[in-house]
Amino acid sequence: MQLSLRERVPVDRIASGREALGEAVPRRALRRLIVTEARLAVREPAGLVWGIGLPVLLLVIFGNIPKFNLPADKFGGERPLDIYLPILCAMVLSMLGLFSIPGPLATYREQGVLRRMATTPVSPAAVLAAQLVVNLMLAAIALGLILVIGTTAFGLSAPQQPFGFLLALALTAVALFGLGLWVAAVATTGRAAQAIAGAFFFPLEFLAGLWVPRQIMPAGLRDVSDYTPLGSAVQALQDSMSGTFPSARALLVLVAYAVVFGYGAVRMFSWE
Amino acid sequence: MTAGVMSTSPETVIEVDGLRKVYGATVAVDEVSFEVRRGEVFGVIGPNGAGKTTTVECVSGLRVPDAGALRVLGLDPRGDRAHHVRDRVGVQLQQSAVPARLKVREVLWLYASFYENPADPDALLRTLGLMEKRETPYRKLSGGQKQRLSIALALIGNPQIAVLDELTTGLDPQARQETWSLIEAVRDRGVTVLLVTHFMDEAERLCDRLALIDEGRVVAHGTPAEVAERAGGGKRVRFRPSGPFDDALLTALPQVSTVARHGSRVSVTGREDLVNALILTLDRAGITAHDVELETPGLEDAFIALTRHRASTTSNAEG
Repeated sequence: MQLSLRERVPVDRIASGREALGEAVPRRALRRLIVTEARLAVREPAGLVWGIGLPVLLLVIFGNIPKFNLPADKFGGERPLDIYLPILCAMVLSMLGLFSIPGPLATYREQGVLRRMATTPVSPAAVLAAQLVVNLMLAAIALGLILVIGTTAFGLSAPQQPFGFLLALALTAVALFGLGLWVAAVATTGRAAQAIAGAFFFPLEFLAGLWVPRQIMPAGLRDVSDYTPLGSAVQALQDSMSGTFPSARALLVLVAYAVVFGYGAVRMFSWE
Repeated sequence: MTAGVMSTSPETVIEVDGLRKVYGATVAVDEVSFEVRRGEVFGVIGPNGAGKTTTVECVSGLRVPDAGALRVLGLDPRGDRAHHVRDRVGVQLQQSAVPARLKVREVLWLYASFYENPADPDALLRTLGLMEKRETPYRKLSGGQKQRLSIALALIGNPQIAVLDELTTGLDPQARQETWSLIEAVRDRGVTVLLVTHFMDEAERLCDRLALIDEGRVVAHGTPAEVAERAGGGKRVRFRPSGPFDDALLTALPQVSTVARHGSRVSVTGREDLVNALILTLDRAGITAHDVELETPGLEDAFIALTRHRASTTSNAEG
């Protein structure tokens, strides 16, 4: 049997010099991990289907319902479609955060993928980073599609407060991805991660106004919604759409969830 | 079995001194010490749950020992320069996997990117006979193919040391033979191999030296022959003498421990150059030994002898 361990890969693929290990290898490894996670996201397309497909499909369905295109008094003269755009944006980020991030990570831990990586010079934390990057890219695609389809096909106006809108989206992503990492940290198996995420998902979507928009929620329910991540997210996004900068309360609620779940995830995450 | 590389410098590449690891109330590893020299295949052998895996997990930097000193290539596997250790030590672990839908080629390219000076993934695939499986997802590989990929991953970083844990468990005899040849090929390339196994035939075939671990302690240490002899009470010689002689003739020899007679046959146990001493002494007394049979205790016997007490004592921690 011929072993050719000394054959080297082409020069452009390897770091030069011994000192490079501290920096160049992790960067090269991270790039390859991102490509790998992106490939896996396409091969196991739960994130694509639920995180991008479903919200975009809902937008198209809602856009084709005549009633959704008529201004309604109960929404302050806005069309139901205008009200739903932020809800669908929040839905994208919660789908990715709750299902696309924790499932693979918990499965990796369960199957020993993270443990295997812990024996290499690259920390398994790089897998986590790659997951987040890939999901941010998925989020950008989904949100981009929703905004482009919404404005071009269904006559939605662009957000009046673009900076507030982007800030609200960014904080929502951080809060929901943090929640997802926390789920990945506490779940022992991929299945458990799905179950925990499912338990979070429906109450969060309900309080975001997916079934009953916040504008027509009973006051008590809306107060509860104000303190949930998606309720705050939707409020901040709807405000930005109609020209009001998101309220400090809504933004702070998102920051608080990001900090609490992010800290919890960091404290509880283990590689095996 | 000694590799050519070994003779050039018997440098120590792994030093384990007084290693201790406790899980809750269970002592998994206690006072384990051994040294691995560059270029050899060193076996960590013992029954299931003896503490073998815990030992190599500490060596690989996956676990923090509770006591004892560890040096791998002169460095602490958990210290500041641990990534240098991980760059030069390839590890194949029990129960570890890669993402199910990743293809063989992709897995190797991914892992190649983790190392400073990786081997050529394609060359490695060719060596391991996985070239036709290049585009096959991990989950569709057979047990033997997964094991070979696992070895490839342990070698992709061009390591100086390869840690291989229970490599052939669950493989069919053919795949085991192939895996053994592969390990010998790896060793012949100058890679030091730390091999964990509970198969004594595997240890006997592959290991230059080994440590037999039981209940978290090293119970024997040395070459397979040394360990076997120490535990099995030495060699046994059976023969049919050409004429009568007094047992005292043989029991007086320092190499002989026991002499027994079974009808016309004599059975002698002892150690070291037992056969020589026996034949010469008998010859001097005018006796010829006919039908000489030499029985050398194997590692299997040593294993059973040294771990025999386990049946009556409580079992130990996992791995």
